[in-house]
Amino acid sequence: MRHPAVPVWVVVLVLAGLAISAYKAVILGMPVRPDQETEVWSIQARIGFQADGGPAIVDLAVPSVLPGFLKLEEHFIANRYGMAIEEDGDRRKVEWVKRRTQGSETLYYRISVTRSEQPAAWRDRPRFPSPPDYEEPYATAIRVIINDVRQESADVFTYTRELLRQLNARRDEPNVALLREAADSPAQWTRQIIEILKGVRIPARILWVLPLKEAASDIRLLPLLQVHNGESWLAFDPETGEPGVPDHLLPWQVGDDPLYSISSGGRGDVKLSVTRSDRKLIEVARDSAQRLDSVFADFSPLALPVDSQNVYRVLLMVPLGALIVVLMRTFVGISSFGTFMPVLIALAFRETQLLWGIALFTLIVSLGLMLRFYLERLMLLLVPRLTAILIIVVGLMLLISLVTNKLGVERTLSVALFPMVILAMTIERMSITWEENGAREAILHGLGSLLIAALSYLVMSQPDLVHLMFVFPELLLVVLGVSLLTGRYTGYRLSELRRFRNFRDGDQA
Amino acid sequence: MSLLASPRRLTRMGVLGMNQRNADFIMRYNPRRLYPLVDNKLLTKPLAIDHGIAVPALYAVVREQHEGKELVRLLGDHEDFVIKPAHGSGGNGILVVSGRFGNSFRKPSGDLITLEAMQHHVSNVLSGMYSLGGLPDQAIIEYRVRFDPLFEHISYQGVPDIRVIVFRGVPVAAMVRLPTRASDGKANLHQGAMGIGIDLATGTSRGGVCRGRVEALHPDTGASTADIRIPHWERILHLAMQCADTVGLGYLGADIVMDRDLGPLMLELNARPGLTVQVANQRGLLLNLRQIEQIHKLPSSIEARMALAQTLRGPPTTQV
Repeated sequence: MRHPAVPVWVVVLVLAGLAISAYKAVILGMPVRPDQETEVWSIQARIGFQADGGPAIVDLAVPSVLPGFLKLEEHFIANRYGMAIEEDGDRRKVEWVKRRTQGSETLYYRISVTRSEQPAAWRDRPRFPSPPDYEEPYATAIRVIINDVRQESADVFTYTRELLRQLNARRDEPNVALLREAADSPAQWTRQIIEILKGVRIPARILWVLPLKEAASDIRLLPLLQVHNGESWLAFDPETGEPGVPDHLLPWQVGDDPLYSISSGGRGDVKLSVTRSDRKLIEVARDSAQRLDSVFADFSPLALPVDSQNVYRVLLMVPLGALIVVLMRTFVGISSFGTFMPVLIALAFRETQLLWGIALFTLIVSLGLMLRFYLERLMLLLVPRLTAILIIVVGLMLLISLVTNKLGVERTLSVALFPMVILAMTIERMSITWEENGAREAILHGLGSLLIAALSYLVMSQPDLVHLMFVFPELLLVVLGVSLLTGRYTGYRLSELRRFRNFRDGDQA
Repeated sequence: MSLLASPRRLTRMGVLGMNQRNADFIMRYNPRRLYPLVDNKLLTKPLAIDHGIAVPALYAVVREQHEGKELVRLLGDHEDFVIKPAHGSGGNGILVVSGRFGNSFRKPSGDLITLEAMQHHVSNVLSGMYSLGGLPDQAIIEYRVRFDPLFEHISYQGVPDIRVIVFRGVPVAAMVRLPTRASDGKANLHQGAMGIGIDLATGTSRGGVCRGRVEALHPDTGASTADIRIPHWERILHLAMQCADTVGLGYLGADIVMDRDLGPLMLELNARPGLTVQVANQRGLLLNLRQIEQIHKLPSSIEARMALAQTLRGPPTTQV
């Protein structure tokens, strides 16, 4: 009975639609619900210095690769400075230049980020370091530790982890104590570990991270240790040996370059501050659509200009309205004027709201129908008659708006958004059905149209559904699959169960 | 009586649903390219005549709006005639004129219509008011069937017709459609015309059905609708099968009228016959269809197929 290709297509379409949606929701972090919120961190770096009147060059290292985060916005604010951004692998810095400086100068760098599952990785390919000639007494201590660790490790990751464990757990051990003594700050300590790792030719570097704390100012960057395992950079906390970058730490800078430099003679400083805010995920998604490194984000309605976006918010709902028509016709057996006329009426309901919409529609169609019956007696040709009905419909709409405006009812003004050609065609078809098949049939079809339109409207105006279809337009594939499936339904319609209800089996003459 | 029938019971009775009709029969057995042959009566008629199928004589065709003015000339001296759209369906847009007094015409109901009203009707037909999709159409003026006295006492005005469903060249069901006052003289069951199921084997009527209810008597004339023997039954089936062979549609509804003088005439063919034949017969169509479908090679001679049709058992029933 069934065409073998249909179930295949249905499965393919539905799975594809759901899989792409799931990917976008889970990996790209697109919001499934319209009111979902996400935290956005805004970080400001403020550089201030006392100028000496001469030229100034200000360098500031800024975030480049942000694994676990998505950059939403980035601003460079400086008064009359020339600005250039230099990128060198995983290093990125902004350089501000001004010929004449005066008094106290202030420059700002602002970035806002949100958490993201988007994969991102550091790109630098390091060279293998050659083992340095350690000075005594450190050379012996390092050699002992290196050998101890080597016993209990298999690769770069396990080696580094074990090294950090031994260096941190066995502080009383004389060799470790000796090494620790030489490092008086976390940064020094990290550099010390990098030196040790050179001894086994493991490339390592410092990763400076910024702790994201709510409404914190004057924040200092913290050092993490990064080692390269031949494929990618792995991060470790140098004090605890914990692998990975904890998600409250924002990677700011790699390497041992200074965070900032000011060429002018004056002294300056940089202050880092963080604020947290909650934003609608959908707005974040909209702002970041172009920044996401994914073909699915590039081909999203979110990437369109805002006014086109609003058009697609409506257009993407039309297939759902059409699906309602399909279901009502195939499974229920309700007939309407014109196949998709109810969908267009439902679109008009969006502006008028449901009850007003139904009332206005009924009013205009009834009045139009009465005038149409009069036109019938004038015996006009079809197209001029249709035009006459159209003109009458527009006139009626204007009249209703004027009258209700005088009465102070504002909402009926939106009657103007009714598709008048559709109204005119409805009146024409209804009057023909009225004459050909009787009033009963005409009214039944009219009510059927209104019912389907109302249902379509209820579906099409669901904010959650509007949001879903807009953010995940690939759900159209699912709708397509369902309509293909419906296309091969050969069972009874609800109306037929009623139509044939009097059939008796077994006892008829 | 319950509000709804259970789908399982309908399946057991072999009731054909609209979705199944479309998917399993119309799409499968009716190639779309053949539709114009039945949808356009200007194609159907000459084709039928070529194949020796009796049809009402064609008087004139109105193709252009301006020809409407020459209606009087086109009508010649025909006193009675029928105007219908070439692409009409469901009996819509058909104007029957049974008498003429100069430029005033009488409908079977006795109402008079003016020449102007008739020209307006023709103009509507040409504009496509009654054609599928509203495409411009032609108006056909043809012989008015003088219906057989058999139906005179059980029919209210209008022309009763016999609808035979032919599947793969074998008649599978038949009904008579009788106009009523409620249906305004039209043989359309949706508008309240009466449907009378016909037993294929004998050509005698089962009880009538009006508006979905079994009615033993015609609502207007009060005549009994049961046990009427349709005359020339075999000729009617023969004609229906000829029609199916001629247009090549596997699932076809043939509308046949009984003319007093000319006998059975094919009025029109339908590539998408509705399901009312099941209502008129108060029994499902599907078992007969499946029985025919299972026969791999059907006999080519009309007589053999007629014999086959008369053995169709239909849904299981116990005779009272």
